Amino acid sequence: MSILTDQIAIGPATHSYESARSLIRSPVAIAAITFLGVVTLVCISAPVTAPYDPLHQDLERVLSSPTAHNLLGTDTLGRDVLSRLFYGGRRSLLSVLEGVVVVVALGVPMGLAAGYAGGWVDRGLNKFAETIMAVPALIIVLVVLAVLPQNEDAAMISFGLLGIPAILRVVRSATLRVREDLYVAAARISGLSHLQIVKRHIFPRVWGPVIVQASLFAAYALLFETGIAYLGLTADPSTPTWGGMVAEASTVIQRQAWLLVPSGTVIASTILAFGLLGDALRDAVVRGEGGSINRVPRSVVTARDRDADTAEPMNGRSGLVLRARNLSVSTMRSGAEIPIVDGVSFDVYAGETLGIIGESGCGKSVTALAVLRSLPQGLRAIAGRVYWQGDDLLSMTERSFDGLRGSSLAYVSQEPQSSLDPTFTVGNQLVELIRHHQRVSRRKARSSAIALLRQVELQNPDQVARAYAHELSGGMAQRVAIAFALAGRPKLLIADEPTTALDVTVQAEILGLLRRLQRETGMALILITHNWGVIADICDRAVVMYAGQIVEKSGIQEMFDRPLHPYTLGLLNSHPSLAEPGSRLSSIPGNVPSPGSWAPGCRFAPRCRFVAEECVKTPIPLIDIGPGHASRCVRVDQIFAKASA
Amino acid sequence: MSSTTPLLIAERLCVRYRRGGRIINALDGVTFEIQSGETVGLVGESGSGKSTAAKAILGLAPVHAGSILFDGKDITHLSFKERRETYRQVQIVFQDPYSSLNPSRTIGDTLSEPLEAFGERDHKRKRDRVYEMLDRVHLPSTAVDRYPWQFSGGQRQRIAIARALMPSPRLVILDEAVSSLDLSIQAQVLNLLQELQVTSALSYLFISHDLGVVRHVCDRVVVLYRGRVMESGPALSVSGRDSAHPYTYTLNEAVPVPNPNAQRARRAAVGVPLTSLPDDTTKIRDQQCIFAPRCHWNQPQCWRERPLLRPAYPNGLVACHRYPEWRSEIARPEPHDAIADNGAQVIRN
Repeated sequence: MSILTDQIAIGPATHSYESARSLIRSPVAIAAITFLGVVTLVCISAPVTAPYDPLHQDLERVLSSPTAHNLLGTDTLGRDVLSRLFYGGRRSLLSVLEGVVVVVALGVPMGLAAGYAGGWVDRGLNKFAETIMAVPALIIVLVVLAVLPQNEDAAMISFGLLGIPAILRVVRSATLRVREDLYVAAARISGLSHLQIVKRHIFPRVWGPVIVQASLFAAYALLFETGIAYLGLTADPSTPTWGGMVAEASTVIQRQAWLLVPSGTVIASTILAFGLLGDALRDAVVRGEGGSINRVPRSVVTARDRDADTAEPMNGRSGLVLRARNLSVSTMRSGAEIPIVDGVSFDVYAGETLGIIGESGCGKSVTALAVLRSLPQGLRAIAGRVYWQGDDLLSMTERSFDGLRGSSLAYVSQEPQSSLDPTFTVGNQLVELIRHHQRVSRRKARSSAIALLRQVELQNPDQVARAYAHELSGGMAQRVAIAFALAGRPKLLIADEPTTALDVTVQAEILGLLRRLQRETGMALILITHNWGVIADICDRAVVMYAGQIVEKSGIQEMFDRPLHPYTLGLLNSHPSLAEPGSRLSSIPGNVPSPGSWAPGCRFAPRCRFVAEECVKTPIPLIDIGPGHASRCVRVDQIFAKASA
Repeated sequence: MSSTTPLLIAERLCVRYRRGGRIINALDGVTFEIQSGETVGLVGESGSGKSTAAKAILGLAPVHAGSILFDGKDITHLSFKERRETYRQVQIVFQDPYSSLNPSRTIGDTLSEPLEAFGERDHKRKRDRVYEMLDRVHLPSTAVDRYPWQFSGGQRQRIAIARALMPSPRLVILDEAVSSLDLSIQAQVLNLLQELQVTSALSYLFISHDLGVVRHVCDRVVVLYRGRVMESGPALSVSGRDSAHPYTYTLNEAVPVPNPNAQRARRAAVGVPLTSLPDDTTKIRDQQCIFAPRCHWNQPQCWRERPLLRPAYPNGLVACHRYPEWRSEIARPEPHDAIADNGAQVIRN
């Protein structure tokens, strides 16, 4: 959800230590790593740790169960099982290592080359991978062992070679994704060589999947190694191997079933540990890439009033459609409640357009989503009321709210494509939507769907109805999204930056369309934007938001002619078309503060050129200045005295 | 080299892509030049070929025909090694300050990269240069050890600008470099760019869809439509109301002005529908005006003959058969188009 990453400075958590940290938090991963560590350590130090020589036979004590002497019993020749496990593991783990090294050392560069270079390199390597995958691995290794009898190194190296395609493909697709990032293009234009780009910018971003793949491959390799050892293909029978021990145990399973337990358990748990580690790594990598915003419980909109005097329902004033009072939204971060939207109040009347303007991070979109009870995960409406024909939208049941959503209240977002299902045609989705709102036959709904598409000025409604989302241009998709919003004949349409992603010509058309629809249906419109031109073009009134609060509200011409808050003034003056071409633009110094770092007094004070002592002490209320005009500035009289005179 | 030789000349540039058997002319005979110290704007809607022009200059798009001269040297087709040398002189700032910085590298790493690429080994010199550049884009020197996610969009864009300036280039391509920034931040970055242009003797190729910004920062503007130049000339002429091409006129009229009464009056007075029109399937023949299907003033000639760029106003060129006649026809608005929006001023308590 871009709203979160934009507006709360949590930042995209794509750092390797983020992955590492979430790995440490996973108990399964900890257990797997510990187990593998202990096994490796014990096996490496077998000459020290093993109680007996693994080849020492004691024919007086064959097939014994565990005793104090032989902790895991003895085998058919009276050799100590524990010691043989330790020594056998050395060979098995070395084999796994050989396989993994081969697969990583060859597969990763090949995958990087295929993904980065593309073209014939990519095609060639893909053909190579396909060819290898068509070859039966076991048979090839058996051939190798036939040529080089009992040479387990050769067997594992060939097994590693045969495992290349899987890792090659993983690395290739990860590389393809990273290669499209702009910083790779930037690095190239910085003059870096291809090798430097791959080393610095590509590889650090693909090693995550590589580790996952390597870990899973280790599990396969161990399974395979014990398999060929079981078949007695790799070593003479006296040399201890895990597979060989299983093979031996299976011959005497009738006489001493226990013998199968130690080797079987070790093999199974080691394979399992590799597999679990791979899974845990995969989860950690995904989490590291996906950002880490869901540390807060799922959003439940529960409204509880802070101030009793905010309870001021609609008092029958004509045309009032929606009244928001003291709407507040917050998020939890490291145990503390951080406000995102703080006490926002506004009214919307039938047939009018209310603009909400401000920069990103000021809470415009979150305000809209709170009204629609669609706050993203982690955000909660903690106070306030939103009246809709006398009822509070925030405290009504989910069921009755669902009845309103889409029919009385509709929403259009900045990314129209995201509101369309890619797997159904536009027409089918629209028919479903119409039938959801009205009980009509499919045929009737179909014709209303076409009528709606015509209403949003699509030139070829029948053709658009048969199209899928990806076949629409940005402007067409936005029209379709508006048609969707209109399907329930809403009384209020909330449009969040509906034209920001569009070309100016398309923007002009969409604004014209919204204006026409409003004239025809009498619906109210809340339009969120950061573009003063759009505000000037379509809005009747506007509120300016800064750091989660409304800092000014007024009628539209009044706001442009006589702005009464330094932020509004600064924002208007930043507009290039209001400045002399080529001159220095009057900009506001600094940045919009992120939630949690808002100043205790006036939140704009740190950036305000009119700041005085009284600004920073206590929170500033929204003060009525004139009819329909309010400003959250204590110095409004001094600052704007000249302007209003 | 005399001082009047342009820093960059793009001459009848053609870039073609093949997509699903169809040939797409991303650039179709585009000619423009950039003088030393000048800011030239490239404007047009999405798909007009603005970014393709930037890619062609940087050698990232396949140039099918035409040539690019930088400082008198042909840089149209270069080997990888020669291309790297040109990156000392020509740099770019991308639109998206989020994906243009590697999230896993510190700002110091990112900034010293261009120096290392060009063989700078001395650690102290590198570090001094990084500090100097951070200072010039008004970022604190403590930024060196921080990661991109610790900066806001505007700050990241400053970092991207600093990176572009590290090799001391002479031409910087700004590919929608301020489009994704908030208004107050956009103003800061535009001021910074103007400041740097003076102190570092830079030329800019300013690619944007925002005519308001283009009018403010550019000396000259080139208007592109589907890979062809429609009009070029001084910024104030092109973005003013006396633009010579119907397409430029359409673009200008579509930008809402930040003044409600003026905007509403303007909207009511627009005599022609601002069509964004044709879907891409419209077959465009080589020998026609490419804008004809959208043009309110088209005539049979426009469908038969490709208009060539010809002088319009002082230092201005236009590719339109109907210039200047079409301008005299704007004055008569068609009644059904002049939707009088009474713009009811609803001021309530």
